[in-house]
Amino acid sequence: MSSSELQSLYQEIILDHSRQPIGFGGLTGDAAGRSHQLNPTCGDEVTLELDVDDAGLVGLRWEGHGCAISQASASLLSELVERGLTIEELSERIDVFRTAMRSRGAIEPDEELLGDAAALGGVSRYIARVKCAMLAWVAAEEAVARARA
Amino acid sequence: MARRSSVEVIPRAGSVITIEAPASPIAAGPFTAEESARIRADFPILGREVNGHPLTYLDSGATSQRPRQVMDTERAFATEHNSAVHRGAHSLAALATESFEDARARVARFIGADDDEIVWTSNATEAINLVAYAISNASIAGGDAAVRLAPGDEIVVTEQEHHANLIPWQELAARTGARLRFIPVDDEGALVLEELDAIVGERTRILAFTHVSNVLGSVSPVDTLVARAREVGALTLLDACQSVPHMAVDVRALGVDFAVFSGHKMLGPSGIGALYGRRELLNALPPFLTGGSMITTVTMERAEYLPAPQRFEAGTQRVSQAIALAAAVDYLDALGMARVEAHEAALGRRLAEGLSAIEGVRVLGPVAGRERVGLASFDVVGIHAHDVGQFLDDRGIAARVGHHCAQPLHRRLGITASTRASAYIYTTEEEVDRLIEAVADSREFFGVRP
Repeated sequence: MSSSELQSLYQEIILDHSRQPIGFGGLTGDAAGRSHQLNPTCGDEVTLELDVDDAGLVGLRWEGHGCAISQASASLLSELVERGLTIEELSERIDVFRTAMRSRGAIEPDEELLGDAAALGGVSRYIARVKCAMLAWVAAEEAVARARA
Repeated sequence: MARRSSVEVIPRAGSVITIEAPASPIAAGPFTAEESARIRADFPILGREVNGHPLTYLDSGATSQRPRQVMDTERAFATEHNSAVHRGAHSLAALATESFEDARARVARFIGADDDEIVWTSNATEAINLVAYAISNASIAGGDAAVRLAPGDEIVVTEQEHHANLIPWQELAARTGARLRFIPVDDEGALVLEELDAIVGERTRILAFTHVSNVLGSVSPVDTLVARAREVGALTLLDACQSVPHMAVDVRALGVDFAVFSGHKMLGPSGIGALYGRRELLNALPPFLTGGSMITTVTMERAEYLPAPQRFEAGTQRVSQAIALAAAVDYLDALGMARVEAHEAALGRRLAEGLSAIEGVRVLGPVAGRERVGLASFDVVGIHAHDVGQFLDDRGIAARVGHHCAQPLHRRLGITASTRASAYIYTTEEEVDRLIEAVADSREFFGVRP
């Protein structure tokens, strides 16, 4: 039997996103911001591109491979961005997500701000997996910085 | 009642710890259930729980657990005669030096070497770097021709290597202008020996290869590789990290010039490893690290160095770790390395057969039934190794996930990561079966079961 902790780490919504990720593919190579992130301990990789449209809203696409957590996290980030976020709003949410991830289970992710990505809250209790969940968000942060530069 | 063989640890030092081998009338073959129980009782950590389950420790290939005899030996040194070695004339200094050198002699004997052919290092990685840097020092400073590299010379490794036996050679090649080549592997990860003579040739100066692959569990054809290296006059370095802890290794019978291994993979503490080198070669190599304890005469302009092994042991040494490693070697000796090897071969077979029987699981390396040590890496198709490892951990099963410091090999096998289960003397069939059952269940949990 699997423990309830494991079930809360791998919620159905996370497994669904890892199998059918949102925002995957279609990299153009000429985005306003781009970032490649690699987790050297397991080889997980994400390449993420980010553009800002005339209305100031962020568009995001990514490619990569890795564990269910890293893939689902990139997908959930894409889903969040699809709601329509400005670059400032995205930056703010990356900070909120990181704070929750680093809290060792003490801070529940804010569903208002993070949407379904809040389901990744269980990851913060597994220190070794926080990097997996953060991979796409770190890529987005760097892409934001480059888009602004 | 069979006679128990026993070994005294730190014979000259106050408290004597006796290591007893399990009494057994069986001269060969895996450990019996009774022997296994007695061995496990020596490892306090095996009694703990992880995530509400008894610990199933299947990560000995990364680091092994320590028996109380090893921990007691280290503690006895610290509490009774801790002191600096090779300096000072007081009683404790003399006792510590004697224990330290006695430890070297026991480790040397364990692999069929002479005392002065064993250099203490922090681990195998440092041992390989020591050789690589000593060779580049000789190359820069016009050292002995036997250990000098020049542009046009070639260093050969294999595609199976751990990063520790690859990157130091990449860097040595970059520093000296030598060219780094490798013996490729086939789709199963086995060395393509048909290409050996074409790759190892007249220009080859160093052939560095692993004895047992830390990913595949396969045993390298040392005889064939050493014979070819000798034919062309190349030096050989054997990465024995995954062999010395698990089988009888005689470096002279193998005919290698250098061999390296780590203490923490063979019941010893971390922070201690060893370099074996043929005496004349070690003495032909210039130092890697310089400083105290490795010199004869020092002036303000220059220094002269002691012969090996001291010339490679600059600064204060890892004394308690070396003594504890010798206790680990005594423990293994008392069990008998033939028994250790037989025990682990049986577990390796069980692992490979059990995992291969699960649909959607690809076992890397030799097919089930072929020779392998007690180690199996595998890919559960459709589930990333990190997720498999997380599922196993939830049941108290400790296995390694990732590329196991062998990215090129994984890339060649078409994967980025795998899960690895590795056994040791204290591993039981029940533990292997627990792993196999959990791997099968992980497919259901992650929904990849048809």
